[in-house]
Amino acid sequence: MKIKKPKVAVFKLASCDGCQLALLDAEDELLAVAGAVDIAYFPEASRRMLKGPYDVGIVEGSITTPDAHEYIREIRKMSQILIVIGACATAGGIQALRNWKDVKEFTSIVYATPEYISTLERSMPVSSFVHVDFELRGCPINKYQLIEVINALLNKRKPNISTHSVCIECKLKGNTCITVAHGIPCLGPVTQAGCGAICPSYKRGCYGCFGPMDSPNTVSLSKHFAESGQSKYDTMLMFRGFNAYAEVFRKESDAQEK
Amino acid sequence: MKSHLKIESRQLNILFDSLKDLGYTIVGPTVREGSIVYDNIDSASGLPVGWTDEQSAAAYKLKRRGDNSYFGYNLSPYSWKRFLFPPRVKLFSAAKKGKSFKINSDSGNASVPIMSLPNYAFIGVRPCEIQAIKIQDKVFNNWQYIDTVYKNRKEKVFIVAVNCTQAGGTCFCVSMNSGPKADNGFDIALTEVIDKGGHYFIVEAGSEKGNELMSKIPHTVAGQSEIENANRLVQTTARQMNKSMDTKDIKELLYANLESRHWDDVATRCLTCANCTMVCPTCFCTTVEDVTDLTGENAERWKRWDSCFTMDFARVFGGNFRSSSRARYRQWMTHKLASWIDQFGTSGCVGCGRCITWCPVGIDITEEIEKIKEKGGKGEYFNHKDTKVTKEIKKD
Repeated sequence: MKIKKPKVAVFKLASCDGCQLALLDAEDELLAVAGAVDIAYFPEASRRMLKGPYDVGIVEGSITTPDAHEYIREIRKMSQILIVIGACATAGGIQALRNWKDVKEFTSIVYATPEYISTLERSMPVSSFVHVDFELRGCPINKYQLIEVINALLNKRKPNISTHSVCIECKLKGNTCITVAHGIPCLGPVTQAGCGAICPSYKRGCYGCFGPMDSPNTVSLSKHFAESGQSKYDTMLMFRGFNAYAEVFRKESDAQEK
Repeated sequence: MKSHLKIESRQLNILFDSLKDLGYTIVGPTVREGSIVYDNIDSASGLPVGWTDEQSAAAYKLKRRGDNSYFGYNLSPYSWKRFLFPPRVKLFSAAKKGKSFKINSDSGNASVPIMSLPNYAFIGVRPCEIQAIKIQDKVFNNWQYIDTVYKNRKEKVFIVAVNCTQAGGTCFCVSMNSGPKADNGFDIALTEVIDKGGHYFIVEAGSEKGNELMSKIPHTVAGQSEIENANRLVQTTARQMNKSMDTKDIKELLYANLESRHWDDVATRCLTCANCTMVCPTCFCTTVEDVTDLTGENAERWKRWDSCFTMDFARVFGGNFRSSSRARYRQWMTHKLASWIDQFGTSGCVGCGRCITWCPVGIDITEEIEKIKEKGGKGEYFNHKDTKVTKEIKKD
């Protein structure tokens, strides 16, 4: 018996396209994915644009404009299952840095006719506006994790997406902890796994691309950074990155700024 | 009494060659990523010659010693558990067959025939690590349910122990009765001596395999003064050790303090990052993950290291029974130092100090136990009335 392939749509809001590209970058697996699902709408990849409703809607990007606000409601209505991917869609992205500033001031400096610009005060994650069925973290996402989510959905099983710290990934790999051995400040202990501990594997501190892990103690980590001689300003900058507006990171960077 | 033999340091390579001749894959300490790790090495020149490490809470530094010692360091970031109890293991694979599925034969590490596993020779196993291996033997290889992944690896291993001739900054093996000298649990044990008399190793064989190996390596019978030199180094190491854990009535202490206010204090510092459990040479918890291919025709079951510090670890239908970091730290410490004794007849701690060195915020298990003792109420043994545990069950 041939089971009907689920109809999948990929949408983009305010983002850099990097997460959608992660799907296209899944060279070895792309044909298998295309064989397992019906890619009905994916403007980044194909001119074929089938109308909704869709079984699965995948959304990249944050909500930054009134139009996007309307669009995400429409996408939600069209999608039986809504999966949002990347730091923009799950936390507001790097563009959420403007949430600390006056956006009108920016538009007046950047645009010749700022009246034409219609924008929201803040860059917000999709879940602030509509119900989201699954949030896949990362800046960008890990392509294997995206395939895992699609795969789990197709096979009606729980996706193997861990919410523990990046430290566990370092330890499974056999990395020597760069914070302990080299004094490099690292967000690994408070950041969700998923990247495969890329930065610590190259002796760089974790930038927190995958957002806060499931029980982050940012206060203790910041305190330790301070005891190791790092300024509050530098600690503030560490938390104010790609996931700056994720609640726990936002609160910690605010606390460091005081 | 065991006889003590002596190998000159320049003959150390013959130990490597002899092990290789016997078909062993040699794993030993070597310098990598600014630390001394256990990895495949081929000869004595792969050892961290002239290097040592300085360790303290949340700090590790590699340093030059100023001599040519081969084993003049303290402890690697990782224990030998990586090799006997690998971080990830495929248990089996299966294929869909009609409405059911069929497990493929010879489909995973768990069922790998023992012949095709590498014969590991571990060089440089510290006495505390030997104790850790004995503990994991009790966990994996001593009960009704044998862990074949562990058993098959352990059975084939050749252990070259190296007694400690200096104490690391986070070591407390003396108080845990697991060092700085190994009495058994090895095939051969070395004590490295550098003094006016030269650079040599005092050797004890601990098994038939060990005797056999020694017959291939040029050696002499150690003189009384040489043996005394080696013993003195080990005794000095024991005296150097700054840290200790008072294990007297430790089980009763922890059981009586399940509701100690101190757990809240630790929770303000604990990152629940799980580093302590990953580096612990005895922590043995795993999780199981099932993966499928996109078609759903083929599946695999994998086992990987997990930790009582992760949220997923205590997530069950209906909620999470250990959602607070207070509850998770308490679980780890109480299991390691108290209920482990009920479960396996031994403490789960060997005093290696890795959890202290590699905790990113430097939480020190020996200090925490002291604070629990200081703050400790005279709680009743096993008084489960009015515990907060039930209140902590939180819906996801």
